[in-house]
Amino acid sequence: MAGTAVLGRLTWLVAEVAATVPETPRTRTLVLDVPGWSGHRAGQHLDVRLTSDDGYQAQRSYSIASAPGQPLAITVERLEDGEVSPYLVDVVHDGDAFEVRGPIGGYFVWEAGDERPVLLVGGGSGVVPLMAMARAHKAAGADTRMRLLYSSRTLDDVIYHGELVHLDGNGLDVVYTLTRGQPPGWTGYARRIDDDMLREVAWPAGDGPIVFVCGSTHFVDAAADGLVRLGYDPRWVKTERFGATG
Amino acid sequence: MPVISRGFHGRRQDGPPDRVPPGQYVTEDFPVLSAGPTPHVHLDSWTFEIQRGDDLLHSWTWDEFQGLPREDVTRDIHCVTKWSKLDTTWEGVSVDTLLDTVDDDSAYVLAYSYGGYDTNLPRDDVTGGKAWVVDTFDGEPLDPEHGGPARLLVPHLYFWKSAKWVRGLIMRDEDDPGFWESNGYHLRGDPWLEQRYWGD
Repeated sequence: MAGTAVLGRLTWLVAEVAATVPETPRTRTLVLDVPGWSGHRAGQHLDVRLTSDDGYQAQRSYSIASAPGQPLAITVERLEDGEVSPYLVDVVHDGDAFEVRGPIGGYFVWEAGDERPVLLVGGGSGVVPLMAMARAHKAAGADTRMRLLYSSRTLDDVIYHGELVHLDGNGLDVVYTLTRGQPPGWTGYARRIDDDMLREVAWPAGDGPIVFVCGSTHFVDAAADGLVRLGYDPRWVKTERFGATG
Repeated sequence: MPVISRGFHGRRQDGPPDRVPPGQYVTEDFPVLSAGPTPHVHLDSWTFEIQRGDDLLHSWTWDEFQGLPREDVTRDIHCVTKWSKLDTTWEGVSVDTLLDTVDDDSAYVLAYSYGGYDTNLPRDDVTGGKAWVVDTFDGEPLDPEHGGPARLLVPHLYFWKSAKWVRGLIMRDEDDPGFWESNGYHLRGDPWLEQRYWGD
């Protein structure tokens, strides 16, 4: 718990796009240079505010993808009927600027000093805040067990695939499931997350693990309810469900 | 002076400006935001309680709660994650009705829920026809993922104040922060003042 301390107001800061990284056909990472950024913890998010040349503004929240101490980055998925995400995925380029404020959220957060086994369960772009945790785990050289169960539609939709291949086995286990299509020779899971999959992948409940689940509502409910049925303590199954974040 | 985002034009406000608070956009969906697994509460063990300290001031079973005077409520709701949903329709019991049964004039309440969630509210924000305990959304029993069997509805504040799976109110003299209020979110959460986070 962060307690009752009242921090200063989270002010809007100018964010300059330092780099863009295409991740999948639908997602892109923006590395941001934000003078005055106070730092963040793995799992937190920030607010983005765009302003058009006639003063019209739109705000949305995005999970932070980078580990604490690394250059600040968000990964954005394009929602076809969205107002902000198509701009961030398709239009903005290096040197462009918008505003951010944050970091926001003190609950869906993993700290490198936490010695409990960690299970990360991500669906689609729900992997973004989990990636911040995996990167923080790597950066800290933490020897706590961390496993990621990551559900995507197809292999082309796997965000951070190259980096995850590199991290897999180096302190992080990565287990994939592809729900809509699998390449020839695929040996991973090929279905939506269910109780059998969780039983095979999740740490034994008796090990006292902490879990972070992020994805769509139905994905999160399937994973969180299944873990509770496996005996996981609901207090340590932390969830983040994205609704409309267009 | 905010920076201009080159090439951003926006879709423009798609709702009436006097009903969409600053920084919000209108959605037709009903997104779900919860910090943990969805509690599944059986009606035969459900209770709603009003407490002060260790004293139980009043408790209703589900059947007793169903016997209370009910109201239809149509309101706009505003989530701190930026979506607003207009003209949502609910049925339930006014918090005025519930608090009228107890002799207590505490200035603040803590609404608490099955699953461990809680949120703090000034008494003035849950009385005077401003808050309800609702069990029906859009004419149907409230889904567990949206807070069923019953949730608090405080539509003039950001929607995290409308505690899902609500099981009672604790009457108290101080406005100590609840769950999200301890985790970076504003103590009161008035969307028209854009009170999203600490210090707003």
